[in-house]
Amino acid sequence: MWMYDKKLEYPIKIKNPDPKLAKLIITQYGGPDGELAASIRYLSQRFSMITPQAKATLNDIGTEELAHLEMIGTIVRQLTQGISTKEIEDSSFAPYYADHDTAVYPVSASGVPFNASYLQSKGDPITDLYEDMAAEQKARSTYEYLIRMTDDPDVLDPLKFLREREIVHFQRFGEALRYVQDYLEEKRVFSIQS
Amino acid sequence: MEMSRNEMLKRITELDFFIIDLHLYLNTHPDDSEAITLYNDCVMQVKELRDQYNMHYGMLLANNSTSKQPWQWIDNPWPWQKNYNFELTEGNS
Repeated sequence: MWMYDKKLEYPIKIKNPDPKLAKLIITQYGGPDGELAASIRYLSQRFSMITPQAKATLNDIGTEELAHLEMIGTIVRQLTQGISTKEIEDSSFAPYYADHDTAVYPVSASGVPFNASYLQSKGDPITDLYEDMAAEQKARSTYEYLIRMTDDPDVLDPLKFLREREIVHFQRFGEALRYVQDYLEEKRVFSIQS
Repeated sequence: MEMSRNEMLKRITELDFFIIDLHLYLNTHPDDSEAITLYNDCVMQVKELRDQYNMHYGMLLANNSTSKQPWQWIDNPWPWQKNYNFELTEGNS
């Protein structure tokens, strides 16, 4: 189960609204390499994972991704507050606004709604962990593209934090993979008792 | 001296982050006794801070903090609101 901790993993306090940027950053909420896909991927894969280390890794990284989902929602929301409808209308945020006002909805930057086909849960621990390592790299790349598209320190700061976490998660999944590989390669003796 | 709400929240956020990171590390390094000691120390430290925060400024962890009258859980602001959060540079002088 989960319990809500009434705070963010990393603080977000954005002074200057920027709807154009919100339209891009939403992709880490509901896009192909976003935090929703990440959390659902890991939290689903853990049911069929083997070895104590890899189970714990999926469980806990999946949980941390939920905190990142909350951070992205917070960034998007704060970037769209305190501006006029006219400013929104003149920005690339306008099509999103037509569907969702300034509510937070899981879509990609190009407007594709969240889809479970962004992720896999294959039942093969090696396959799943390789997917997870690739997912962390894809998310890292996305954060880097987003970082290039803004110079607002209030937004850059949490984005850089999230980028760092992808690197740490990649590392941990790599270690979990080694535990699983070692376990599968162990020689086992089976005996039949009469 | 008593810490302000923002100072306390910042300290809790820092410690919690350290705990999250150590926790992930320990999942794949379960025999690192030094890291376990550090982890346990941080957990004890943040417990105490959370109790103080709960006493002075309200509820943080659902079902694990107590409420004054009336029910404090519903108090604004919520974490996604701008005025909930502290500036990272605050208290760094």
